[in-house]
Amino acid sequence: MILQLATGGLLLGCIYGLVSMGLSLIYGVMGIVNFAHGAFVMLAMYASYWLSLFVGIDPVLGTPLVALLMFGFGIVVYRAIIGRVLRGPFLARLLVTFGLSIFFINMAQFLWSPDYRMVQKSISRGIIMLGPVFIELPKLVASIGSLIVAGLIYWFLRKTKTGLAIQAISIDRSAAALMGINLERLNAIAFGLGLACAGAAGALLASYYYIFPDVGTMFGLVALVAVALGGFGSTEGALIGAILIGIIETLGGFYVGPEYKYALIFLAYVLIVIARPKGLMGWGAD
Amino acid sequence: MRKIILALVLVCVLAPMVSTAAADNVIKIGAVYPLTGATATTGADCRTGVELAVDIINGVYDLDLPFARTAGIPSLGGAKIEVVFGDTRGDPTQGMAETERIITEDKVVAVVGGYQSGVVKTASMAAERLKVPYVLSDATSPALTERGFEWFFRVIPHDGIQAKNALEMVKDIEAKEKVDIKRVAVLWENTEWGANVALEIRKWAKEYGFNIVADIPYTYRATDVTSEVLKLKAANPEVIIHAAYVSDAILFTQTMKALKVQPKIMIGMAGHLDPSYLETVGKDGEYFFVRAVYGLDMASRKPVVAKINEIYKKKYGRDMSPNAARSFTAPFVVADAINRAKSTNPDDIRKALLETDMPGSSLISPYDGVRFDPVTHDNVLGKSLYLQVQNGQFRVVWPFDLAAVPYVYPFPAWK
Repeated sequence: MILQLATGGLLLGCIYGLVSMGLSLIYGVMGIVNFAHGAFVMLAMYASYWLSLFVGIDPVLGTPLVALLMFGFGIVVYRAIIGRVLRGPFLARLLVTFGLSIFFINMAQFLWSPDYRMVQKSISRGIIMLGPVFIELPKLVASIGSLIVAGLIYWFLRKTKTGLAIQAISIDRSAAALMGINLERLNAIAFGLGLACAGAAGALLASYYYIFPDVGTMFGLVALVAVALGGFGSTEGALIGAILIGIIETLGGFYVGPEYKYALIFLAYVLIVIARPKGLMGWGAD
Repeated sequence: MRKIILALVLVCVLAPMVSTAAADNVIKIGAVYPLTGATATTGADCRTGVELAVDIINGVYDLDLPFARTAGIPSLGGAKIEVVFGDTRGDPTQGMAETERIITEDKVVAVVGGYQSGVVKTASMAAERLKVPYVLSDATSPALTERGFEWFFRVIPHDGIQAKNALEMVKDIEAKEKVDIKRVAVLWENTEWGANVALEIRKWAKEYGFNIVADIPYTYRATDVTSEVLKLKAANPEVIIHAAYVSDAILFTQTMKALKVQPKIMIGMAGHLDPSYLETVGKDGEYFFVRAVYGLDMASRKPVVAKINEIYKKKYGRDMSPNAARSFTAPFVVADAINRAKSTNPDDIRKALLETDMPGSSLISPYDGVRFDPVTHDNVLGKSLYLQVQNGQFRVVWPFDLAAVPYVYPFPAWK
């Protein structure tokens, strides 16, 4: 039983991780908490749903496409809204993504109704048995996808020029600007990448999860905790934080009682923040 | 310029006064539902029930229902009813604030709706405090009518009766199939409603000699329920009784299938009745028993059910769901009280409500009628049904004398 629970927790954590990494990336570079992250996951889920319904692209195979779409969408949203607000007062920077979140959720409800939808045909369906452990195939696929994305981000941040510039910005904005790094351009790229992660998460989730306008809210909330747990600005930290949360949720839910599972997550968060205010792997400037 | 502004201001101030004067023949009633958030589909569904009811009261229809053949409220010169909707977002705090808003700002003379017991609990407090009648036909926690409220009335039978019925049905199946069923699991969303369903199930299980082998609460907004379902599986129950709203009903059905939880009888409620539940889970929802106060099959004994469904289908493009049918009742009870009170004064309406005596033939629910208990204000003539999903349709299967088709037992293996 414990093996089954741990596996379930690990898979869940990887999916949370996918949502969290984008959030962490955006915070690290731009210094804003993207409260609309859950809403962007929701938009990606709808995009993926329609791609499968009208074009016949399987959500799993369509993941890169949705991620690309969301990257483009991210750049547009950044240029049109976020970039302008960043130059505004602190409170505006804090609240803009909040506003976006409410806007997108209500827009989805208005345009597409509050109905629940589900992708009916997906290549990843069914269960595999690994000894005594049931593994749900769609969750396994989503988790693998999550790890691939984590690898890609790791590679991008450490091996490419743009990635190095992004790292430089998250360590010290002013110094980076003085060295000739174009902040505006890199902000847009980082925001786009963050949304691409949300897009990948949405597409992989869409392969097995139901879709409705409010679906992203809980994922966004958990991601926020995962990012804080792992350390704001650290994408690896976000992934590790998210996996930790997944495991606490399933193990705690079983042994302590399902009604307390979300309380346990937040308790763990409070404890870690007391012991290590910057989170498990945080290193960014205050 | 200044004159223009002054004129505009005057128009703004005077226009509402004029419109209220002209709108003397409109009676406003409020309806609060979760129109956004995780239960938004159900809220939208309930809303259609209220809208259709008010349509029938206001318009002229050839139907055997009160107020159908006349336009508006006869005793008030055919005054029309207008519904003001409030959005609770499925949240008790918001439910209370919205109820206050529609009572104080829109001056509604009565409130209906709510759907979620936890939200009705606070919304009805607002109505009680502001002295406006609240007529509930869609939320079932017994605690709601145990508070001794003066302005609160409930048409639908509460969970105590429904829990008793659930276990009676299991007993009936046990006797008919000549099997021995002992192990019952109860799975409940941990707000007001689910907690009270669980309470009542525990009470009646003891009474009827069942063992509760798993008693599992959870948050209905959960994103994953693996640990809950594993706990359920470990208990190996023969009967699963699940008090769920819609998103959790979907999630649990999928997870139970994935982890191969295999009871003999699967009983759902509320969320399992939402049209989007069956649309989403498809064949996996087959053979669930669902408690309801409405079934299309009832048309064989109540021809008006089929006629209403026809009108509903024309308007909304699908069959009337049991949730929409629940909400359909309250506006009629309110209209009946206003008609007898010959007044729109909330206090007169309340007095008329206390004397309500509607026959079963005036309803599309299986109740024997509507008559309120003088103390609790619960409908003493309430009754519920059990439906089973068969080929994507909700069929009435219990009580056996009202059954349209035989039930399917045991719950077949997941496909």
